[in-house]
Amino acid sequence: MQMLQSSIGRKLVMAATGLCLVGFVIVHLLGNSSIFIGADGINAYAEHLHSLGPLVWVFRIVLLGLFGLHIFFGIQLTLENSAARPIDYVEKQNIRTSFGAETMIYTGLAILAFVVYHLLHFTMHVTNPEISVGVLPLDALGRNDVFTMVVLSFQKFFISAIYAGAMVALLLHLSHGIQSLFQTLGLLNGKTLPVMEKIGRAVAVVAFIGFVSIPVSILLGLIKV
Amino acid sequence: MILDGKCPSGPIEKSWDKHRFDLKLVNPANKRKYKILVVGTGLAGGAAAATLGELGYNVEAFCYQDSARRAHSIAAQGGINAAKNYHNDGDSVFRLFYDTIKGGDFRAREGDVWRLAQVSNNIIDQCVAQGVPFAREYSGLLANRSFGGAQVSRTFYARGQTGQQLLLGAYQALSRQVKAGTVKVRPRTEMLDLVVVDGVARGITVRNLISGEIESHWGDAVILATGGYINVFYLSTNAMGCSVTAAWKACKKGAFMANPCYTQIHPTCIPQSGDHQSKLTLMSESLRNDGRCWVPKKAEDCEKPVNEIPEEARDYYLERKYPSFGNLAPRDIASRAAKEQCDDGRGVGPGKRGVYLDYQSAIERVGEDTIRERYGNLFDMYEKITDENAYKQPMRIYPAPHYAMGGLWVDYNCMSNIPGLFVLGEANFSVHGANRLGASALMQGLADGYFVIPYTIGGYLAGVKPGEVTDEHAAFAKSREDVKAQINKLMSINGKRSVSSFHRALGKIMWEDVGMARSKESLEDALKAIPALREEFWQNVKVTGSEGDLNNQLENAGRVADFLEFAEILATDALHREESCGGHFRVEHQTDDGEAMRDDEKFCYVAAWEYKGEGKAPELHKEPLKFENVKLAVRSYK
Amino acid sequence: MDLTLYVWRQNGPDEKGKMEQYEAKNVSPDSSFLEMLDEVNEELIANGELPIEFDNDCREGICGTCGCVINGVPHGPQEKTTTCQLHMRQFNDGDTITLEPWRAGAFPVVKDLVVDRSALDKIIQAGGYTSAYTGEVGEANQTLIPKPDADYAMDAAECIGCGACVAACPNGSAMLFTCAKVAQMAVLPQGQVEAAERVKNMTEALLNAGFGNCTNHYECEAACPKGVSVKFIAKSNREYIKALGK
Repeated sequence: MQMLQSSIGRKLVMAATGLCLVGFVIVHLLGNSSIFIGADGINAYAEHLHSLGPLVWVFRIVLLGLFGLHIFFGIQLTLENSAARPIDYVEKQNIRTSFGAETMIYTGLAILAFVVYHLLHFTMHVTNPEISVGVLPLDALGRNDVFTMVVLSFQKFFISAIYAGAMVALLLHLSHGIQSLFQTLGLLNGKTLPVMEKIGRAVAVVAFIGFVSIPVSILLGLIKV
Repeated sequence: MILDGKCPSGPIEKSWDKHRFDLKLVNPANKRKYKILVVGTGLAGGAAAATLGELGYNVEAFCYQDSARRAHSIAAQGGINAAKNYHNDGDSVFRLFYDTIKGGDFRAREGDVWRLAQVSNNIIDQCVAQGVPFAREYSGLLANRSFGGAQVSRTFYARGQTGQQLLLGAYQALSRQVKAGTVKVRPRTEMLDLVVVDGVARGITVRNLISGEIESHWGDAVILATGGYINVFYLSTNAMGCSVTAAWKACKKGAFMANPCYTQIHPTCIPQSGDHQSKLTLMSESLRNDGRCWVPKKAEDCEKPVNEIPEEARDYYLERKYPSFGNLAPRDIASRAAKEQCDDGRGVGPGKRGVYLDYQSAIERVGEDTIRERYGNLFDMYEKITDENAYKQPMRIYPAPHYAMGGLWVDYNCMSNIPGLFVLGEANFSVHGANRLGASALMQGLADGYFVIPYTIGGYLAGVKPGEVTDEHAAFAKSREDVKAQINKLMSINGKRSVSSFHRALGKIMWEDVGMARSKESLEDALKAIPALREEFWQNVKVTGSEGDLNNQLENAGRVADFLEFAEILATDALHREESCGGHFRVEHQTDDGEAMRDDEKFCYVAAWEYKGEGKAPELHKEPLKFENVKLAVRSYK
Repeated sequence: MDLTLYVWRQNGPDEKGKMEQYEAKNVSPDSSFLEMLDEVNEELIANGELPIEFDNDCREGICGTCGCVINGVPHGPQEKTTTCQLHMRQFNDGDTITLEPWRAGAFPVVKDLVVDRSALDKIIQAGGYTSAYTGEVGEANQTLIPKPDADYAMDAAECIGCGACVAACPNGSAMLFTCAKVAQMAVLPQGQVEAAERVKNMTEALLNAGFGNCTNHYECEAACPKGVSVKFIAKSNREYIKALGK
């Protein structure tokens, strides 16, 4: 696979997987928002997902693959890029780039760490087993009570802080990543690039606010059991 | 000796075609065995190396720059002429030929100029095929403009950087050959000697500018495409590295230097701002289409701000002296007139070496927007360098040395009097006569490189056994020793004055005494001052660093040493040519109204100088010029 | 005006370099940056010290030879200006100026501020041309080229090959340099025939020469003295996608 050794080829993989992951983030955000409807909303959503059966696993494996490719090439390209300047400047000023762009590898790794934690927390119930759906009673309709699990979790300030911190990383990552992936896919030109930079940042901010609003609402007591 | 340019006989329209057929061919299977050295990778050298590589010859190309793409051809702004007659405005090969002969003030060889005009059309085809992004009309056809006072629209251009685009085209063609393995490019390598064995050019000795190593290379033919010598004036529009060194070394090995006194001074350059000045920047000649040149009538007004000098106190000297041509007077006239005003103490700006080029009346007539549309990029460049807004106050301009029409003598085949040594582009003397027209330099470089040398070198090589003399010959070792000896000498003087101070001093002599207006007295003064300065150079120059690595001081020292010798031959030529023609103006030979006066009876020849050794007068050889297709006439701008 | 310079001095490719301090006295605001360096060098020569080596040639902003990182910015503070066209009036009396060479693994330092940029030549050699033989290539006006395409090609062809894009790029990538040529050729009918091979070969050469990969910082465009746009990178990415099937 010559493409997977080439510069643009690997970037295309980054962009394509990135695009899918952005899609996943948006769908995930929409799903999560059902918590604002209350227990009925999010518990029904969770139940619906589980009812898909093997499709869930197909989805999870595909997602894992995308994630894996994105991380693998992200790390590989970053290592190559830092090797391309073995001796650094004594003084260097950047003019055009953004903090988000400069920190992609760090925010990316932070998101990876967060995803691991997130799975351990809500999916595998390793980190806080005492507030997992298996321990909590089923809701009134006999479904797993995801709502209570989320609310009780986020009432712990420490857990909320981890989630909020991760969302800052996501914000930074997307603020560069979205416009960058469109540029890499060759979809931009001189006129659309600045527009897409704004759209990218806007989407990143919306995602950030959307995700963070959940623990914040819970901490503020706007959502409670 | 009477030189023979070996122009083909018969009707000129058929001369090149007939000559091409008469030239012998090299068997394709044998081409690989011939090694050709090309020095210089500008339009002429780059195009030649690429084309010869493509033909199958084994080519090595040398340049002092860090990449073949940086030769100074890149700086040409205006455009390239071709006789396409796309505009149906009466252009033809004959008209381009005629204009070039006349523009050169009847001091060029007819056959060479005809060939140039004939292949000019092929150049445009070739460059388009290479992907050169020439300007286009909305129709998708190539755009043309008229340039430098030509009466037809025959100039092709790529914004204000035609030279850059043409050079990149040649560079890319060269890169293709590098990949194909037919051409080896050696950047950061400067030629410091020509190796001649039994009167035949057999190779060169070069200095690797990174390691300082002195290396020899043999070739079955040597092509010099090393540009012009106008940096002999120190301040010029040429790049810092442009020098006469390669040509001069060839000259010292027996090649003749032809018409060195034909130098072009360009009228619209940004004036010197102080003693720190290292080069002068040209601004397109088109600026004079709308600008009016003036200086204050009274010397005491020169220091005043422009708005305090009333209209009646301004001297629009070009309009006064040339009422019908006015500000559009040709380059040499306009340059000389500016110098006269400044010599009269009425110059403006730092050192009072400048004249105003005023857009006020044009702005009032057509509006600032129109002026911005026409010259916006030039006004921006002017502001970047001078920090002055030319929309609000007049520009200051002053003439600057720009181009060398003279160069090594070559015959119709572009071969010098040393067999095996070919000279292309600005480095030779062949087509521009005593004055070059705008947009003709690019044309010549590419014509020589793409369409002339590939044929004529074959005619020479067909009679040569490949690899007959290689760098094992004793002459190569001797050449290396000589080059090393000169370098050691330069390094060991350890005097008090820097290299550049000598170059400045030489430039001053040349500009004052051998510049735009030359007289017997000034030239004789120069011929005394130059050897004296040269002597001081060899006693008192200070070259820092070592010879064994990158050392710009040492490079420049060698170049200045050559300029100090070459300058003398230039002044000698100027002194001997008792007439005014084109870029050579002798104050003794002018009409009552100050126009150049040629002397066709005595000077209708090419003056080719043979170097006879240090302290000896060079020997003059003449090649008479015959005009069979155009009539000798007086250029008139009235 | 008087200035304090901190200049990278390095004797050779394998030597260790360091920043050295110099004083530039009585600098004319009208002099160019390189003329200021000339004067500093004249003084160093007078004092028997080694002058600072720096690359330069045309001094009118077109040959692409000059260039150093001035106060952390390739070609210095003025937008769309090469080092040789930068004038001292852009600085103030008493300023401190740091000068470093282009820094990239693919551009080894030769001496002081001089670097070896032959890696850029290798990229062009990999395919930055049309394979047109010299000779009868057809009449120039036989192929019509829409003016917008010709202008687009010219915008890309403005590149002077100075390497500021590489110096500015946080990844040391020569993507803007490479893509400007890919895009110029891809938009012209003459270049389209070989477009697929060209984009593959040139980007491969870019990687082989040791340059980094583009991650869309756009620092290259900001540093480019000719304002070459990153839209040509997007165009080259499109060309690469098109080439995948071929």
